[in-house]
Amino acid sequence: MSESEIHYAIEFQKVTKTFGTHSVLKEVDFKIHEGKITTILGFSGAGKSTLLKHILGILKPTEGHIRVLDEDMANMSELQIREFRKNFGMVFQYAALFDSMSSFGNVAFPLKEFTSLNLEEIKDKVHKLLHSVGLTDESFDKLPSELSGGMRKRVGLARALALSPRVMLYDEPTTGLDPITTHMVDDLILSTAALGQVRKMTSVIISHDIAATLRISDYIAFLEQGEVVEHLPTQEFKKSENPIIRRFLDL
Amino acid sequence: MQMEYIKRFNINFIESLGKVVLTNIKAMGKFSSYIGTLFYWGMRSPYRHKLLWEQIYFIGNKSLFIIILTSSFSGMVFAYQTYIGFSVINADSFIGPIVAISVAKELAPVFTGLVVAGRCGAAMAAQIGTMKVTEQIDALECMGINSVQYLGVPRVLACMISMPLLAAIFILIANIGSWVIGVKLLLIDDVLYFSKLSDFMRMGMVYEGLVKSFVFGFLISVIGTYQGFQVKGGAEGVGKGTNLAVVWGMVMVLVVDFFLTSILTKIL
Repeated sequence: MSESEIHYAIEFQKVTKTFGTHSVLKEVDFKIHEGKITTILGFSGAGKSTLLKHILGILKPTEGHIRVLDEDMANMSELQIREFRKNFGMVFQYAALFDSMSSFGNVAFPLKEFTSLNLEEIKDKVHKLLHSVGLTDESFDKLPSELSGGMRKRVGLARALALSPRVMLYDEPTTGLDPITTHMVDDLILSTAALGQVRKMTSVIISHDIAATLRISDYIAFLEQGEVVEHLPTQEFKKSENPIIRRFLDL
Repeated sequence: MQMEYIKRFNINFIESLGKVVLTNIKAMGKFSSYIGTLFYWGMRSPYRHKLLWEQIYFIGNKSLFIIILTSSFSGMVFAYQTYIGFSVINADSFIGPIVAISVAKELAPVFTGLVVAGRCGAAMAAQIGTMKVTEQIDALECMGINSVQYLGVPRVLACMISMPLLAAIFILIANIGSWVIGVKLLLIDDVLYFSKLSDFMRMGMVYEGLVKSFVFGFLISVIGTYQGFQVKGGAEGVGKGTNLAVVWGMVMVLVVDFFLTSILTKIL
């Protein structure tokens, strides 16, 4: 495929972010392919979460530009960014479910806020979404505190998918989970990405889980002390001779 | 040697003082900016009526029992204490207006403020703080929902609406308590009690109390929600935020009451 035929969902153009005198991101310059799963890998404190916040428009770069879905985030007003965020689905590290709402309420929340669907239509859609992430009817009325970590992740994923986002963001999706649940979450990410292929949904994962990253990613970007030291397709990434990456992979 | 020590002490003292002043100016700036954000997002749609009613129910209806309890006993004890003092000079028939005026102008708004600060200000800080540390606020923001508009605005509006209503109920119940003690227990003549009451009591005094409680409602809820949004860390942070919300809520009720009294007495 020629360069002109490749579409990018997110483009970082020499992005630098400085807090006081400390640069968290240093001239980050890479592109995330549309419709693919890209994992941003790195040690703790490498700047992964800061990068994610830039994609969402929560932080603005000190220097450089970020284009998301062909829009320059730096030129948007706060209200425009809020409107634009409807294109994103976010799965949090610990699911971040609203603890006063049931599983059903959590998934219905974005639909009630942003769509004109009536209650019956919302009910249908929420049931479909919860079933699609492997939850049964018994868990629909349960509060987040009554759900296991894996189930919470599923509800969080269903909530993120509610508005059919164009970009799915996962913040350390397998942290704190047992190996079986980790596999289940990986499979969910893969199946979600496969389902989203029709509308070219892009998935961006922030992680430091090497095994899961190699298993599910199409592309891997490695972040080290605020710099992207490598951005390659997974198979090439595995063979990288970069000493920092070798050290990470050989851990 | 001694001169150098004094010089160093002075520099350290000035440095520390400067640090304290700067920290407080910064905190004031952040707080003022939060109030500005509340106004900005409070004016913008969507207006979440359901959340507002939920909060009015929580602040108003759920505080009702404790307000009835405190107001009835406050009215009764105040009437009894007034009787003890005033019966010495044979002026016990003044119980009615004394209790009514004090309750309307001071006791009702201040007591209601203290009760609401303890009950609702703490709850606001704890709820929002917990949402902050469990990334629920981030989840709202990622969906494009402004957390101040969604969580802050309904609580502040609900508190501003509920507080005058609770204060009005306080005034009513405290006066009933006073009447029970004065007329039924201490056998003051019923007609005399009410005639003295109508001689001295003015509606402006009730309005003064209601205006105060409206202002206290604003202060308590703004402090409660602000402390919630400022929470950092985990459970310890939530505890600290809740504590600050209650302490500052109560302190501000008492401090602002003094200034409001000076202003409102001249106006109403």
